[in-house]
Amino acid sequence: MVDLEKVSEELKNWEAKNAKDLQRLGEYINRSGIPIKIVYTPLDVKDLDYLKDLSFPGEYPFTRGVYPTMYRGRLWTIRQYAGFGTAEDTNKRYKYLISQGQTGLSVAFHLPTQCGYDSDHPMAFAEIGKVGVAIDTLKDMEILFDGIDLGKITTSMTINSTCPQVLAMYFCVAANQGVPNNQVGGTVQNDILKEYVARGTYIYPPEPSMRLVGDVIEWCYQNAPRFNSISVSGYHMREAGCTAVQEAAFTLANGIAYIEHVVKRGIPVDNFAPRVSFFFAAQRDLFEEVAKFRAMRRMWAKIMRERFGAKNPRSMLLRFHVQTAGVTLTAQQPYVNLLRNTLEALAAVLGGAQSLHVNSFDEAYATPTEFAVTLSVRTQQVIAYESKVTATVDPLGGSYYIEWLTDQIEEKAMEYIHKIDDMGGAVTAIEKGFYQREIADASYQYQKDVESKKEIIVGVNEFITEEEIPVTILKVDPEVRRRQIERLKKVKSERDNVKVKNALENLRKSAEKGENIIPATFDAVRVYATIGETSDVLREVFGEYKASTII
Amino acid sequence: MAGLQETVKKKIRVLIAKPGLDGHDRGAKVVARALRDWGMEVIYTGLRQTPEQIVQTAIQEDVDVIGLSILSGAHDVLIPEIVKKLRENNLEPGKNILLIVGGIIPKEDIPELKKAGVNEVFGPGTPTTEIIKYIEENVKKLERVV
Repeated sequence: MVDLEKVSEELKNWEAKNAKDLQRLGEYINRSGIPIKIVYTPLDVKDLDYLKDLSFPGEYPFTRGVYPTMYRGRLWTIRQYAGFGTAEDTNKRYKYLISQGQTGLSVAFHLPTQCGYDSDHPMAFAEIGKVGVAIDTLKDMEILFDGIDLGKITTSMTINSTCPQVLAMYFCVAANQGVPNNQVGGTVQNDILKEYVARGTYIYPPEPSMRLVGDVIEWCYQNAPRFNSISVSGYHMREAGCTAVQEAAFTLANGIAYIEHVVKRGIPVDNFAPRVSFFFAAQRDLFEEVAKFRAMRRMWAKIMRERFGAKNPRSMLLRFHVQTAGVTLTAQQPYVNLLRNTLEALAAVLGGAQSLHVNSFDEAYATPTEFAVTLSVRTQQVIAYESKVTATVDPLGGSYYIEWLTDQIEEKAMEYIHKIDDMGGAVTAIEKGFYQREIADASYQYQKDVESKKEIIVGVNEFITEEEIPVTILKVDPEVRRRQIERLKKVKSERDNVKVKNALENLRKSAEKGENIIPATFDAVRVYATIGETSDVLREVFGEYKASTII
Repeated sequence: MAGLQETVKKKIRVLIAKPGLDGHDRGAKVVARALRDWGMEVIYTGLRQTPEQIVQTAIQEDVDVIGLSILSGAHDVLIPEIVKKLRENNLEPGKNILLIVGGIIPKEDIPELKKAGVNEVFGPGTPTTEIIKYIEENVKKLERVV
């Protein structure tokens, strides 16, 4: 046992001996506003109760990991977010990624699909196939997964306000392949709250949108027990500029709002909570990120057990996907991004992620080329197979600094969550612009710190080279627009339009009645009703959201 | 009427706009705030603006500068449309209004955008002071009817 009194005494001696240097250094405060000491000792973790605060991997409160053996038992899923052009283009990319050792798929949809517009809508034209794959109807989805066994691979889909339609399309493709609903694995993002805060692909006002989120969760737990019905996401709020503490707080507060919504429907928490998953960013401060992941695991376990009375340990698990931070990519000296991405990916692995996307070095210019994406996959493989960081679970656990920082992040994030509770919960806090203001302030402060060189960014405000480094950029063929609009026309002319009309009418009735709209959505997409047609029906019933802007 | 009263101290008016469906507005907001803190009058459109809406807002607000933020790759279509609509309203970028762009724009696309009428493109990592300096220097050169 450590003699804490003796340590305390010796620490004082050490501080006295080095007083000059310590004074000269001044204070370092990290981006979450936490002052960081020059050294941590057993004194900083003297109240730590191993069994209560950390315990073993796979044991409450899961600080050290959600599974007992973690990466020794099974590596994280290598899941690169990808999509561009038409379904054919993206299908080819998926097959390539799988051939390079990727172990899961992640679909990037183009913005019109995410915002409920068909490719022939005036708002869509400029965006067709740009930041994701163009999906208008089930036909596109069939092509997207052609030759890919949906019974074997899991797919994550970044889809929110049009989640019901895309979910239905995916399960229709699986069914056509002979894979029953209960064998389909994967994830839909289905997290509308952060869209109002940061990402912007909302369609309807918060209340009906929350209902759609609930419909998806309800349908999934009843029909698709292997499918994650939501991925509560902090990533985009972090990218928009918030701190690690704010990311933890806002995401878990949103998670609380979703759990409350579904519980209010009379569904017992343990029925659906095991399929609630999460998505976070891995940013520049490596140890802060590791501490953030550990803190959030402990926080969510406590929230689920104490606040919601969950009994099933699986309901308490914070299972999460991580993506390295897009905002840390620089257009200057772009190859340096490979190094940043590696460190950020390492933070995710040391933090116990279940699934990982590593950004590509060319993404400050455009969506990545095949060459750049291959290096992202290789980054993951080097960490997984060469670095040996996977040999033991939570290797940083027990570090004075990491344990102290884990506590700090939990404490500060819980303060935010209490504040959000006092405002009436996440939905109200977002409607009032609370998250948005906090994020805008943090991102503006960061920009000022970069410009004053308080924050150093290699190649941007220090170590600048004038030399232009050539980078090959992915160009989406403008022909994609014509091809996609033509396919949409063809599908519309070949489908049974009477069936479509009836299905859309049933969808409307279902939405008006307040029943779960997922079955009616399946009936509509199955007869090739489009994303735009189905969204328009719901727009008529629910209305459209008009954002207020907060600078 | 361009009167004698036209004051040298008139605040520069800037419209920051997000055309298309792109929802990433961290950069737009940071730039808007930096310009405002510098003493310019800044109007931010919010998300999902059509070229028509942007030009109409620019006219109603009588701005000196339009700053477009696009990260979705849709600049190749949206920007020429915005320039076309500006010209239909007798606004000529570089002559009586400034049109600047920020976001994720491949270097090789910049000459094309400038040819279309864009006055300047500011890529990732640009200090806000550089944008401020550019605006201050170039607004002076505009022929503005007050």
